[in-house]
Amino acid sequence: MADRGIAGADAPTQTKQPSKFTTFCKRLVTEHPLGTVGALITLVLLLTGIFADYLAPFGMNETAMQYRLALPNERYLLGADELGRDVFTRIIYGARISLIVGLGATILSTAISVLIGMVSAYLGGPVDTVTQRFVDAWMSIPGLIILMVMVTIVEPGIVSIIVVLGISTGIEGSRIIRSAVIAIKEDAYVSAATAIGGSTSTILLRHILPNILAPTIVLFSLRVPGAILAEAGLSFLGFGIPPPYPSWGGMLSGDTRWHMYAAPHLVIWPGVALAIVVYGTNMFGDALRDILDPRLRGGAGRFGGGKLNKSTRQRLAQLNGSVAAGGLNGGTAPADAAKTSTSARGQP
Amino acid sequence: MRAYLIRRLLMVIPSVFLISAIIFLLMRLVPGDIVDGIMARMEESGEVSEVDETILQRQFGLDAPLIVQYGRFLGVAKQKDGVFAGLAQGRLGISWHTREQVTQMVLAKLPVTMELGLFSLIISQLIAIPIGVISALRQDTAADYLGRSFAILFISVPSFWLGTVVILFASVWWGYLPPIRWTAFADDPLKNLRNIIVPAVINGLLMAGGTMRMMRTMMLEVLRRDYVRTAWSKGLRERVVVYRHALRNALIPVVTIVGLQVPILIGGTVIIEQLFTLPGMGQLIIDALRRRDYPVVNGVMVITSFTIVVVNLIVDITYGIIDPKVKYQ
Repeated sequence: MADRGIAGADAPTQTKQPSKFTTFCKRLVTEHPLGTVGALITLVLLLTGIFADYLAPFGMNETAMQYRLALPNERYLLGADELGRDVFTRIIYGARISLIVGLGATILSTAISVLIGMVSAYLGGPVDTVTQRFVDAWMSIPGLIILMVMVTIVEPGIVSIIVVLGISTGIEGSRIIRSAVIAIKEDAYVSAATAIGGSTSTILLRHILPNILAPTIVLFSLRVPGAILAEAGLSFLGFGIPPPYPSWGGMLSGDTRWHMYAAPHLVIWPGVALAIVVYGTNMFGDALRDILDPRLRGGAGRFGGGKLNKSTRQRLAQLNGSVAAGGLNGGTAPADAAKTSTSARGQP
Repeated sequence: MRAYLIRRLLMVIPSVFLISAIIFLLMRLVPGDIVDGIMARMEESGEVSEVDETILQRQFGLDAPLIVQYGRFLGVAKQKDGVFAGLAQGRLGISWHTREQVTQMVLAKLPVTMELGLFSLIISQLIAIPIGVISALRQDTAADYLGRSFAILFISVPSFWLGTVVILFASVWWGYLPPIRWTAFADDPLKNLRNIIVPAVINGLLMAGGTMRMMRTMMLEVLRRDYVRTAWSKGLRERVVVYRHALRNALIPVVTIVGLQVPILIGGTVIIEQLFTLPGMGQLIIDALRRRDYPVVNGVMVITSFTIVVVNLIVDITYGIIDPKVKYQ
């Protein structure tokens, strides 16, 4: 394939003996060319976010009024905005915001999903019923609206965005973890641990958690692009990162819109950066899912028997299919409430 | 079937209760209520006392215990003036800003959002289903790669950016500007369609990505089933196999997706309405949040989430009708 060339350059095969990481990279490069491109984009985002201070040619909010609304030129690679700030610099700093929010919100969200999902599925009974009805109700309130309201409650800012996004999508994601736990909780090793008198917390942490690692990682990787998009959407609507801090979504809103006809570069480049990053993280997440747990793969229609029950797989497939809109929605409703909760309970 | 229907209908009751409780508590978490706001403004113009605060609190009914306030909100406890005026009576309170009935305000905006949502949904299905089917039928060919690339592209592009770029270039090249005034469908259908078509296409296009991937996956799975192989080996034409045997079965899960997409759709319309200045629910809630007009925020949340509950109910019932394989325990 055409992108093999690029892909080959990425292969980090410096280590002598093939470790798990090396095997993973080899498989990524050889089997998933698009995933490799995605991994490269993710890597670039990571490095840009970390080293933004060294990469940016100007200060984040450095203004130069004589270059106000300058079109792309030698001094300003992507032009300057209405306050004479370098658009390229602001996009680089915007990468930092996307990185922090994308990772932070997803870590929190996954932790909440695992906590709720594990406890709800393992304890079962009334705890499960009450939790699931609550999750149902939460998922019935449109995600973006709930996010906007929550941001209003806690005042906009980068930490509050992370917390709000993490909580909101974490509650929804608990469904996937729950069905994964239900599928394994009757397995022999869990019964054995119970028989020798292991406490609930020991069983959950030592026996259940390691065995739902694959769906957890997949959930994590599929949530990152959604979180990045949700932050951008919220900032665009004025409920996200407050100016003057440069968020890719915020760069398209506010005063900029008055100047976009005279200076189209103001609105074009932040969106391009956003789309590339969302594309890259999406593709990388897809490849990660295929490599880590081929049973989850929907693409080839290989729904066979396996550790995970069908509803988990379907849910992940749906989640995967609707990341985009989910981003702006602040998360998708990965499963139909009533139907799946009953069908999942029916499984052993 | 009948028992299932009744049980499914009964399940709506706890979810409505829980949703209203979540919304109510969420709104109570907001620091600084209307009284604080008025007090701050009064302080600027003169002295205020504790007495003023209690009077104001009584006026807004904020002096009552939380559970009573929730009861009033639900319409099972009497308001201050001794009448029941809550959810049960179809009342959502009065706007703090305009003193209008919130129910009326929301219902006035609902048609715009509904129309936009409906058109977006139709457009997204019209794009997604054919491309998804072709992609699955011609798996790993150029057509498949093209279709999948489009799906990924639609998934990655943020709606507010695509909308902005469309407005920008359409205005530069063709002098198109989004119509400023909204025309209701009943008044002038043509003008109304001109209002809605561009936003709906953008919204629909971006929603299509997810459905397309889902459609492809489902179609691929069905194409590998035994009954499809049997159909092929009977010598049926491709069209018959695809339409009669495969597509019909592959479409069933896609119906569920439509139900799941409604919350996403509402989120999407909030942004699209903002871009194209359509006077829908999205505009209403954004304005209300900026003015801290919480009864209106409350109202929009209640109405949208109840809509979602109803849509999910309809989807569940439809599912049973179109898919005879579904067994209701």
